[in-house]
Order: sequence, then structure tokens, then C-alpha cells
Amino acid sequence: MSGSEFVPLSLTPLLIGILSAVACALPGNFLVLRRQALIGDAISHVVLPGIVVAFLLTGVIAAWPMMLGAAGAAVVAVVLIEAIRRLGRIEPGAAMGVVFTTMFAAGVLLLEQTDTSTVHLDVEHALYGNLESLIWLDATGWASLVDPVALAGLPVELPRILVTLAGVSGFIWLFWRPLKLSTFDEGFARTLGIRTGHLGLALVIVAAVAAVAAFDAVGSIIVIAMFICPPAAARMMTNTLEGQVGWSVVFAILSAVLGYVLAGYGPLWLGAHDAVSAAGMIATMSGLILALAARFGPCRSRTGAPVQS
Amino acid sequence: MAGDWQRRKSTSWRACWADPMLRDALLLQLGYNATLVAVGATLLGISAGATGTFLFLRKRALVSDAISHATLPGICLAFLLMVALGGDGRNLPGLLAGSALSAWVGLLCLNWLTRSTRLAEDAAIGAVLSVFFGFGIVLLTVIQTLGAGRQAGLEGFLLGSTAGMLWNDALVIALGGAGALALILLIRRPMTLVAFDPEYAAARGVPVHRIDLAMMGLVMAVTVVGLKIVGLILIVALLIIPPVTARFWTERSDRVVLLSGLTGGLAGYLGAAISASAPNLPTGPIIVLVSFAFFALSLLVAPGRGVLAAFLRHTQFQRRVHLRQGLLALAQGQRIYEPLTLRLLRQAELVRADGVATDIGRARAAKALRDEKRWEIVRADQTQEAAAALYDGLRDIETVLTHDQIAEIDRRIGSPQEVPA
Repeated sequence: MSGSEFVPLSLTPLLIGILSAVACALPGNFLVLRRQALIGDAISHVVLPGIVVAFLLTGVIAAWPMMLGAAGAAVVAVVLIEAIRRLGRIEPGAAMGVVFTTMFAAGVLLLEQTDTSTVHLDVEHALYGNLESLIWLDATGWASLVDPVALAGLPVELPRILVTLAGVSGFIWLFWRPLKLSTFDEGFARTLGIRTGHLGLALVIVAAVAAVAAFDAVGSIIVIAMFICPPAAARMMTNTLEGQVGWSVVFAILSAVLGYVLAGYGPLWLGAHDAVSAAGMIATMSGLILALAARFGPCRSRTGAPVQS
Repeated sequence: MAGDWQRRKSTSWRACWADPMLRDALLLQLGYNATLVAVGATLLGISAGATGTFLFLRKRALVSDAISHATLPGICLAFLLMVALGGDGRNLPGLLAGSALSAWVGLLCLNWLTRSTRLAEDAAIGAVLSVFFGFGIVLLTVIQTLGAGRQAGLEGFLLGSTAGMLWNDALVIALGGAGALALILLIRRPMTLVAFDPEYAAARGVPVHRIDLAMMGLVMAVTVVGLKIVGLILIVALLIIPPVTARFWTERSDRVVLLSGLTGGLAGYLGAAISASAPNLPTGPIIVLVSFAFFALSLLVAPGRGVLAAFLRHTQFQRRVHLRQGLLALAQGQRIYEPLTLRLLRQAELVRADGVATDIGRARAAKALRDEKRWEIVRADQTQEAAAALYDGLRDIETVLTHDQIAEIDRRIGSPQEVPA
């Protein structure tokens, strides 16, 4: 395929897919190790009410209010889960289930109650995302990459997810040692003077920011796949945290590229005419990678743990 | 005051009944479809509440989230298969059978990931949930490209769609719910045993793994049955919120099951009625919000485990500690500066407004100090170790020792001493 077709139609969605996948996979490593994987699930559900409330307050579909609304909803959800868990003495899984389903239901109800017929805001969009529509119309070929006029027409999602990825990587690079210590031995980390509670909350907020930024591109539910599948697959490949983070980035990029290409061109190879959902295909690919890693990965089994019958 | 409140309550009740739509909906007078939905939602709520209890007690509530999301590819595949065979594609039993099959596959994947790899259950849940859902969405887009119009209704399974529910659909829901309830009745004892103590259950010869699978099968049945009314994203709420609500009110597992079924059924019925009473009130989300209202109410006012009860217990404890410390201070002739202690002593008329002890106050103070002295003797005595362990600074010594024992201690510490006025 020529550059004049690839650059405007496929380059930006592909890049956004890859960057979202990596931005989610990085904090996902720690969430999976800390057994908080489902925080990603909860966050991705409560993004919907956050965005609807932001729309109701501002009346426009704009990037920043919606990002703020979604991040606010994520923080509200985390606080509510913690409050219900402590006040009601309920196990964390159930507390999470109570909070995110209720907030999601409230989001759907709000959406049905408001007149959003004039704007592009619906539940399906929130669930699937619209990766395919993030095209770069100003580009004419590879030369556009150095053309300032064409670069000005880049979809805003691309710089946004780039900034988010930089922020997420910065956070993990900066707090690498405390994060590693508190993930594996929270008591020891506390004796060293690390504020594990604050650090845990910061990690959840960083994950929420990554989820919200990626949400635009890949949809709310499929963000969870990026949080969990690449780190989980990486866990089967190595026993070191550095190795795991490296593998998870590789797997995230691999699922994004494979998923995007298969969604766009797979049906054409099979003789059909239309592409299928790229976000869904990326999630499917990440699942396949996880299945392969869980079947053949060198470090797939529990070491030292008693064999379960 | 009370009459005023009564009157206000009755007017607000009348205002509620004055909304004729809501009244008709609650009395099932709003037409055939609304009645079907209300009956279906009630049955669904009962079976989901009862089933969810075991999942909640087993601390695996979120497994239902994986199961429910895993139904999507099955629905789409069943649709594609039925269309390929020249059928309608929207045949509800066929779609439900497909959804059950793929939920079962999802469950097996979940079990495989947790049992044979090092992944924890939460990561496995998230992986199964997102991958199956993502694959389902791929299939949904495939169906959309097959031809416009024919896919109508499949999106309804995401959030439920009760408009145009047929008698056959309601029948499927009723039969499924009844079947789930019957199965719960049959295996409730082993399920309770496994939920509380799987090791003990295994030692007793209960097939824990198979009971777990049966529990998940029940969850799957409820999910499949609930797809039409609340949709696959929100069905989890019906499995989690009622058991958590019921748990606030009782400590007995059979009553939790009963109460959970009741609140689930009530939430289903009220939610369906409210959603039928006005436009733009989708049934699934309203049912979830009604159950959450029950949950929030229980969290606040339930006796024992509720927030209000805990707050009352805390203040009562605080008052006892302050009174006791105040009395001991009085007995030793120390001045009291703590404002709460002073206020409590004054309210109990143990001290006068100027902080000087009354006669009753002096008597109580002398008793408190003497009890403290008695406890000191008991705690120094190795042979009284069991009684001494009960000392917490508040317990009356008469509730721990007999009269004879106290008399024995009193002989050692001498006669009572008066607190100087």
C-alpha cells in the first residue's frame, strides 16, 4: 500500500492504538501484581457517568471537560469503594461491584434523560470507542510528517495520548523503587518510610488518567483488556519486574498492531467488504497472546506454591 | 409535632399516588407489556438475589462480571448461525442458548487461568471479561455489515430492552428463574458449607470443585435469563447489591438468602414499575438504582452493622469512658478540665454547676475507686487470671466475680473510705 493512502487513513489510528495500549499496560503491571486488576474494570465503567455529567455541565462535547469529568468520576468511585468497604465491612470485590454498577446505571439513565440527539454521545460509542474515525485528512503521504501545515491537522487525540503516555512513564520512572517495594512487601516499604497509602492512591489515579485518555480511542470496556492482558501475559514470561514491564510493552504494541491490521484488512482477505471493530480486535489479540503465554510461557506456573488438585 | 409529621407523611404518600401513571404501574394496570416486564423483573430479582448470596459469601462476587460479559460472543455467534441456517436470527431461546454456551467457555477459561497459571483470580476475571467482550464487539460489527435492519435488537442485550417483550420471552424468564430457585433449594446446604469453609467441606467429602461449578452455573443461568431485561453489563448489580444489602440485617446465611431474594424481587418490581411510568426511564438502570437505594438505606440504618448503629455504639462507649474517668478523678480529688466529662457528670447530676461533687456523685466516685482497687487485687492474683483478662477499665466487677469473692477482696483492702466533699 502506498504512503498516500496509509498515512492519512491508518497511521494515526495505529499510532493512537499503540500509545493507548502502552499507556494502559504500564500501570497495569503494578495493578496486576497488587491484585487490584479490577480497579481498571471499575474505572472504565464509571468513565461514562463522568463524561455525561461533564457534558451536562458544559453543554459541549469538548476534550478537556470530559477528561476532567471522567477523572473526577474515577476518583469519586475509588473513594466510594473505600468508604463502603470500611463503613459496611464488605469485601473489596463486592464493594467495587456495588459502586461501579450503580454509577454506570446512573450514567445510562442521565444519558437517556438528556437530549443528546444533536451531539455524538451514546452508550455504544462509550463502549466501543471509534479508533477508525481518527483519521488525518490533511496528510497526503509520508512527506506530510515534516509539513507543518499538515501536522496542524493531526487529530487532537494523538498529542493527548502522547502526553498521557509521557506522564505515565514519568510517574513510573520517578517512583520505580517505592512502587516496586510497596508492591512486593508493603510492610517493609512502610518501615523504610514510604507512604504506601498515598502511593497506592497515586497509582490508581495515574491508571485512571491513562484509562480516560485511552477511552476516547478504544472505548471504555476494552481499556480493561489493555490494563490486564499484556501485563498478565508478561507475567508468564519472566520473574523480574523489569522484564515484566518490558514484555508487557512488547505485547501491548503487538496486540495493537495485529488487532488494527486484522480488523482493517482481515475481512478483505476473507472476501468481505467492510472492516470490523479495531478496538474489539485489539482486545481479542491481547487475549490470544495471553492464552499463548499461559500455555507456553516459561514462567507460567506458581513456583513454591502447593499443587492444587 | 408528631401529628404534623404524620400529616406531612400522608400528604407525600398521597402525592405519590396522585401520579396516576406510577400508581397504575405499581398495580400492574399499565397494559400487557408493562405487566409482563414487571412480573419478569420481579422473578429475575428474586432468583438473582438468592443466587448472588452464595457468590458473595464465597467472596467471588466479581466472577459474575466475567460471566456476564462473556455472553456477548455467544449471542452474536448464535445469531450468525441462525441466519446462516435461514432462520430469523432473533429467536430468543436460540440466542440465550448461545450466550449460555459462551459464558460457560468463559468460565472454563477463568478456571484454567486461575488454577494452572500464576495469575490471581482478579487478573483472570479482567482478562476473560475484556477479551470476550472485545471479541463480541468484533462479531457485532460483522453482523452490522451483513445487512442493515437484520441486526436490530442485538445491541439491546448490552443494556437490556424491555420494549416489545413477548409472552414467550416472559415465559423463558419465568422458567429460568424458577429453575434456578429450585436448584438453589436442592444444593443450598453444600453451597453454604463451601462458601464458609472450603477446606472443611473438602474434608467432609463434599466435591468442592463441582459445587463451585454448580454455583457458577446458577450465576450463568441468572445472567442469561436477565439479558433481555437488564442487559449483560448491569446484570452483575442484581447479583451483588441485594446480597450485600441483606447481609447488613442478619448473621444467618439462610436468612441472608431469603432477604436477598426479597430485596432483589422488590427492586425488580419497583424498578420495572417506575420505568413504565414515564418515558426515557430505561428498565435495567432503574432497577439497579432502586437496589442501590435499598443498599444505601441498609448501610445507614441497619442495626448492628449499620453506620448509624456503629456511631451510636461509639458515642455510648465514649460516654461510659468519660463518666468512669470523671468519677475516678473526683474520688482522688483531682480537678476535671475535660469539657465533655464535665458536661456528662453535670447531666447525670453527679457534680454541681461549679464542678463540686454532689452526694450521689461522691458515693458513685467512692464506689468507682473501690472497684478499681478491687480490680487491682484481682489482676495481681495469678489464680484469678481468667477474671483479670476481662478487665477493660469499664466492666463492673460484680458481673465477673461472685459476692463471696468480692467480700474476700474487700477483707484485704479494708473498709470503704468516704470521698471528701
